[in-house]
Amino acid sequence: MSPSTLELCPSVKNIILLDSDGKRIAVKYFSDDWPTNSAKETFEKFVFTKTQKTNARTEAEIAIFENNIVVYKFVQDLQFFVTGSDEENELILSSVLQAFFDSVGILLRGNVDKKAALENLDVILLCIDEIIDGGIILETDPNVIAGKAASNSIDSGAPLSEQTLGQAFASAREHLTRSFLK
Amino acid sequence: MAQPLAKKDDDRDDEADYSPFMGIEKGAVLQEARVFNDPQLDARRCSQVITKLLYLLNQGETFTKVEATEVFFSVTKLFQSRDLGLRRMVYLIIKELSPSADEVIIVTSSLMKDMNSKTDMYRANAIRVLCRITDGTLLTQIERYLKQAIVDKNPVVASAALVSGIHLLQTNPEIVKRWSNEVQEAVQSRAALVQFHALALLHQIRQNDRLAVSKLVTSLTRGSVRSPLAQCLLIRYTSQVIRESGNNTQSGERPFYDFLESCLRHKSEMVIFEAAKAITDLNGVTTRELTPAITVLQLFLSSSKPVLRFAAVRTLNKVAMTHPMAVTNCNIDMESLISDQNRSIATLAITTLLKTGNESSVDRLMKQITNFMSDIADEFKIVVVEAIRSLCLKFPLKYRSLMNFLSNILREEGGFDYKKAIVDSIVILIRDIPDAKESGLLHLCEFIEDCEFTYLSTQILHFIGIEGPKTLDPSKYIRYIYNRVHLENATVRASAVSTLAKFGASVDALKPRIFVLLRRCLFDSDDEVRDRATLYLSTLGGDLENDEDVRDFLFGSLDTPLANLESSLKNYVPSEVAFDIRLVPKEVKSQPLTEKKAQGKKPTGLGAPPSAPPSTVDSYERQLLSIPEFANFGKLFKSSEPVELTEAETEYAVNVVKHIFDTHVVFQYNCTNTIPEQLLEDVFVIVDASEAEEFSQVFSKPVRSLPYDSPGQTFVAFEKPEGLPTTGKFSNTLKFIVKEVDPTSGEAEDDGVEDEYQLEDLDVVAADYILRVGVSNFRNAWESIDPDSERVDEYGLGPRESLSEAVNTVINLLGMQPCEGTEVVPPNSRSHTCLLSGVFIGGVKVLVRLSFGLDGAKDVAMKLSVRSDDVSVSDAIHEIVASG
Repeated sequence: MSPSTLELCPSVKNIILLDSDGKRIAVKYFSDDWPTNSAKETFEKFVFTKTQKTNARTEAEIAIFENNIVVYKFVQDLQFFVTGSDEENELILSSVLQAFFDSVGILLRGNVDKKAALENLDVILLCIDEIIDGGIILETDPNVIAGKAASNSIDSGAPLSEQTLGQAFASAREHLTRSFLK
Repeated sequence: MAQPLAKKDDDRDDEADYSPFMGIEKGAVLQEARVFNDPQLDARRCSQVITKLLYLLNQGETFTKVEATEVFFSVTKLFQSRDLGLRRMVYLIIKELSPSADEVIIVTSSLMKDMNSKTDMYRANAIRVLCRITDGTLLTQIERYLKQAIVDKNPVVASAALVSGIHLLQTNPEIVKRWSNEVQEAVQSRAALVQFHALALLHQIRQNDRLAVSKLVTSLTRGSVRSPLAQCLLIRYTSQVIRESGNNTQSGERPFYDFLESCLRHKSEMVIFEAAKAITDLNGVTTRELTPAITVLQLFLSSSKPVLRFAAVRTLNKVAMTHPMAVTNCNIDMESLISDQNRSIATLAITTLLKTGNESSVDRLMKQITNFMSDIADEFKIVVVEAIRSLCLKFPLKYRSLMNFLSNILREEGGFDYKKAIVDSIVILIRDIPDAKESGLLHLCEFIEDCEFTYLSTQILHFIGIEGPKTLDPSKYIRYIYNRVHLENATVRASAVSTLAKFGASVDALKPRIFVLLRRCLFDSDDEVRDRATLYLSTLGGDLENDEDVRDFLFGSLDTPLANLESSLKNYVPSEVAFDIRLVPKEVKSQPLTEKKAQGKKPTGLGAPPSAPPSTVDSYERQLLSIPEFANFGKLFKSSEPVELTEAETEYAVNVVKHIFDTHVVFQYNCTNTIPEQLLEDVFVIVDASEAEEFSQVFSKPVRSLPYDSPGQTFVAFEKPEGLPTTGKFSNTLKFIVKEVDPTSGEAEDDGVEDEYQLEDLDVVAADYILRVGVSNFRNAWESIDPDSERVDEYGLGPRESLSEAVNTVINLLGMQPCEGTEVVPPNSRSHTCLLSGVFIGGVKVLVRLSFGLDGAKDVAMKLSVRSDDVSVSDAIHEIVASG
């Protein structure tokens, strides 16, 4: 396949979710531009430092780094990034970012912060999986995405009565270990 | 008071520290993964463990082959569970583990079962997983299911199959191509994204069949495409079809333009922008075609969304490079973007304005930029500086305010790259705009008074040494230079000493004073500084007779290539015989191709040895003079850009540079052998000058040996009538002896075969005899030339595509420098005046005023006025135009 035809299809190079210290929460790369983990980390660090001074809280912001377009949006202590090639339609990338941002918002019930994101990492990973498949946009409607990711999520906040006995034990054991670890 | 404060801190600590993955460790998680093997599966716990595994992978942790295999095997056990959530996690981790072929077999049956399940979620995901991990052999087994899935009524399933098809097409095209009927059906789907994915796949299946793609686009542009993404895709395919259809529909409307234009009224911004971008990218787009696209982009400029503003200003910035006038309507919106919060947008807006601005708006713009510069990062500042540099070259009359701006920002804080960009720009302006020289040099002098970068200081000192003595009052620079000797580090002190010596050598009046200063340098603490001072004192102090030698030593460029000198010095063994620089080979060693390509980017500014445009001429001249046969040809007047004589990617790549001397023309053929198995020897070019009667060949210099991938030069020299712009056509044949090279040993065989290779023809045209030299003030220059030398005539240029095409044709024909930006024709104008300047062979300055008028529909008429120091040159220009 000639690269020119591949480029014709809108594509996303990566989706990145960082905390407010620039540490990874969840990332997914679809391009070979960053072959190693350290190359990925360097890119994330670069993008993180370059965007710190900007205010991407009300509207998504945009910049070009190393011939890539990065669109990003921040909320609380979370930072959402979507990267595409510099030939890509900026608004398509922005719609992917919005899809990611909004579906996470729906899934975390508006309580979008680092703590909730880590506690529901499975849902967030599913969410990314539902938005992009191998760089190709799969879905951009946040409600559809959230629906697909959530129907399968285990609601950790569900009351005990709704859990089976085994699950209750598991959850209790987990709470106990957690308090020990503290 | 202290208590609540402490409590608050505690809270924050808790929050910051808390993470479900705190203290997570790979070994422990792998242990935990044993729960997958439990006979009584705890779905919730298994999901959590998978999440932990995914977390580790996500953080960059890697599993060894054994670990991955072990996890994979236990994960396959989880297919027993009927828990939906767990199954989703299982799919995810299988994709992440990317199992090997023999492992895939284990899950194949489970996944195939899921593919036929009643649950859509299972089906869609099983398809995606299976297609991700499978190889070709398995694909034939599941092909039937995939074809069904493509036309499945559930959009999620259909999309999953289609997207998998797009990926599989790269590895198993012959299989995927069999699905085109189903894909075609899916293109008609009511589900927006299914349509998008189907269109992408269908296009990729048919990409090599131009006619089919064209048909596809034709039918879809008429129909209704539902999803904005699919519409964007269709726009991209349409532009591709337009591009490939070429210019065969010169006359009428451009095909599909109406479709693109109609997309500008789409309800989705994404589509509007895609269409606008496609229109601006059209080959040879006309102003009329551009206008609607520019209008929507202009609306985006005032959007509340930064992404929209960015996209629009970036596109307009690109348009401004080729069609500056088309963008001027947006100038007011652009100006308000200078204060945009997003600095990328602001920088793009400024550089666009600098491209579209006219002479009268420069001052106002500079005022705005000054405020803006203080709060952007260096990388943006560099972009702005470069834009200002080209603006200044476009409007030389405005050099004063632009030069002031540059000197102001030079004084402000900034990193090395930024400062270097400013200094480079000032240097270029000094070289290209004579009027700017004095003030520019003073700005540089002031800068080195307080410059923290040794590199820049030495470069500037070197530059002052060359340019300073040529100014009206060289003495005023001495103070700045001598200050360096007191205040700087050894490197800068040494170059300051050299610069002083240059002033001493060039300006006799200053010589005694320079001597005093140089003598003081003899007591410097650094060896290099003292050595230089001693050397210069003795060379300058010598007899007047060797004045020329001194100058040569100080200003002459080293005619020996540094690389050769270096290798000779390395090989030199200290002995009775002193090192002799004359024994160092002067021929430029052939460079590997790659390096040559890298040089394609012309170094500019200080980095470029002697000076930017003349540098190539200088180096050519030196190279040519190193060949004894050319030594008596006199001064090189002009060297052309290389002209390719072979198609790209042929066996032998040859281009030619035309060197024009007063009574001679030398063709320099740069030949590259691109066949690794061949060595070429005795390579030369046979030139047939039967269509160039006034030229007679005097000399030919072959290349002895031309190994693979290292270019060599062969020369052919012709004599021609003195000082006349003699033209002619030459046909060329490359002759050589081919020797086979053993690819393993790299040694060539002893016997070679004579062979020849036909090259393209070469023309020597009138433009070869004219140097592109600009003037800063055309009117002054025009009036300073004797009006009696003026020759005026009118010409009909016949039907032309556009006025600007006619202007460019004449500019290229004459090979002269357009002045004051007059090469740009405003859109929709019926007449245009273009000002050109140049130097004719023999060093005669010549100015041309061209008035174009559109007569009737497409006929262009031109009035040509020429003034020159030599009337015969004015006539010659007319002759060129008349015969061109």
